[in-house]
Amino acid sequence: MAEIRIEHLHKAFGDFAAVRDSTFSVRDGDFFCLLGPSGCGKTTTLRMIAGLELPTSGRILLGDEDVTFKRASQRDIAFVFQLFALYPHMNVRANIAYPLRSQGMLRHDVQTRVEEAARILRIQHLLDRSVSGLSSGDRQRVALGRAIVREPMAFLLDEPLGALDTEFREVMCGELRALHDRLKATTVYVTHDQLEAMAMADTIALMNRGVIEQLGTPQDIYDRPASMFVADFIGSPPMSFLPFRGSVVPGDRSVRVDSVDIALPEVREGSADTELVLGVRPEHIELSDDAPLRAEVVDAEYMGTTQIVTLNTATGTSMKARIQAHIHVRPGESTGLKFRPGQLSLFDGVSGRALRTALHDGDAHG
Amino acid sequence: MTSHAHSVVQPSPLSQRIAGVIVVLYAVITMVPLAWIFLTGFKSGPDSIAYPPKVLFTPSAEGYCNLFTTRSRQSPEYIAQLPPTSGICDAFARTSNMVVVGASNFVPRFVNSLIIAFGSTALSVVLGVTAAYAFSRFKVPAKDDLLFFILSTRMMPPIAVAIPIYLMYRDVGLSDTRLGMILLYTAVNVSLAVWLLKGFIDEIPREYEEAALVDGYTRLQAFLKVVLPQATTGIVATAIFCLIFAWNEYAFAVLLTSGEAQTAPPFIPIIIGEGGQDWPAVAAGSTLFLLPILVFTVLLRKHLLRGITFGALRK
Repeated sequence: MAEIRIEHLHKAFGDFAAVRDSTFSVRDGDFFCLLGPSGCGKTTTLRMIAGLELPTSGRILLGDEDVTFKRASQRDIAFVFQLFALYPHMNVRANIAYPLRSQGMLRHDVQTRVEEAARILRIQHLLDRSVSGLSSGDRQRVALGRAIVREPMAFLLDEPLGALDTEFREVMCGELRALHDRLKATTVYVTHDQLEAMAMADTIALMNRGVIEQLGTPQDIYDRPASMFVADFIGSPPMSFLPFRGSVVPGDRSVRVDSVDIALPEVREGSADTELVLGVRPEHIELSDDAPLRAEVVDAEYMGTTQIVTLNTATGTSMKARIQAHIHVRPGESTGLKFRPGQLSLFDGVSGRALRTALHDGDAHG
Repeated sequence: MTSHAHSVVQPSPLSQRIAGVIVVLYAVITMVPLAWIFLTGFKSGPDSIAYPPKVLFTPSAEGYCNLFTTRSRQSPEYIAQLPPTSGICDAFARTSNMVVVGASNFVPRFVNSLIIAFGSTALSVVLGVTAAYAFSRFKVPAKDDLLFFILSTRMMPPIAVAIPIYLMYRDVGLSDTRLGMILLYTAVNVSLAVWLLKGFIDEIPREYEEAALVDGYTRLQAFLKVVLPQATTGIVATAIFCLIFAWNEYAFAVLLTSGEAQTAPPFIPIIIGEGGQDWPAVAAGSTLFLLPILVFTVLLRKHLLRGITFGALRK
């Protein structure tokens, strides 16, 4: 097991920069998730770590070894593909044994290792089956078996749950995380599904257009988004944005939106008079008839214990609030909005970047 | 699928039956000439040209005897003083005042055909599969132009290039050699092989090789152990097409081979000229000529059928 360090990694396909000056490291034993919309460069980054793609510039270190321009076969890593890529002309046992056979391992040792991997993944009963008859979940397990049998320095997984149906995805999420906790293997996991990332990752790197927008724990990224992109990408429904014009100076504890003062964590970074955006997570909104910030109820979506209420403010901004399911709301009725002050985010509306507040320094509680 | 329900995708039993009848009829119609050739091979000379044509006749080995032997005409007195006949073919020859003087060239020509056809097929497939793999997987400069260029080599009728090739072959000493014919048929077939195989290899997801690469194999090992086994279908289909072309090719063979490397197609018509129109011998030669392709295709037919539907229907 080893640490992976990525330094100023850059990859261009012709004129298109898929990954731009990316620098991060994956701690030894970390479950690291590269998250982002399709085309953001996450898979390209993963393929460069694997050696399936060569970077235009930058360095990749695996452990203390510079592997930037080494062949994939010379890097001690395992890769799980989205479509599993099980060799169709071999049975399950031969598939799992395949990486070991390339090392010229003794037949007896191969046997032992394959059995062990199969036991961990509970697929011993499938070993002599052909891979073509397997369910997608079992194929997934065989693909994982082929990865763990090597005991590599790191696991790279490219949307491994993307081909599974929703129900089974949740099961595999749990299995993958349990497997990681057991093997304590450095894992880089690529997905576009925020729920998967939130559920499994120790660290998430959220990518957009070839750039890492934010790197942090799932809680960091959810509670303290570094940009409007992150705030919008994470959360279901995502953060609502209230744009307003104004300026802030360090020490401010409220902003004025639509002629209403709204309390927020103490501002630590000022801005000139510009377009600002207040970011509110749905669960931090409360409906209160006497609150001064007015909105009209557009729609309510019942979710069981909660409901998602779509609201239109007086200035026409659409917001979503997550409130208790038993509260009765009717489309068309007017209501007031109250926000939990300790949890609000403030963004520069032009650059999309978050302005630093007490929230980022970890001394705010809402 | 229940049988009584009208299905949009499943043809009704009636239309299936009609289709079956049409296919059987078509097969019968195409088989009749082949059956006639097969039968003619066992007819005697007079039976083969009898009018109306004879469907029922006494089988005779005359055609096959004439195919495999050369005979010379002798006077009845000379034949009368010969020792008793040494075999069935000798006996046939003597009935028409001839004696067997040796084996015909049919066997060497047939062997030439086998060597040239299978040799060029093997070479075409090996070159084709490697080129197709490269075109399918790597960044090749001017890829589309190259692919078109490769295809364009097939656009000219063979006879248009036959004379230049004949002159070039004479200069480099490839004229009337097996190697020359193997190279020539390979040159013609490789374009077909590249195009067919590229289609098949394009269908094999890259992930398989990439998986092999991260599993510790080199690109070549990945190609041999992971790509090739999955391309078997395409390789077999391509090989059959290449073989059929090389086996049947006539124009180049007539022009470029005369002795040493002559193949069976230009040889069989020559039989007609030897001692009258010997239709049974021609039919016998044609029957034997069909066999290798028939055997090869029947042995590999499972792959061939899968190969033809491969592109249209993903597994």
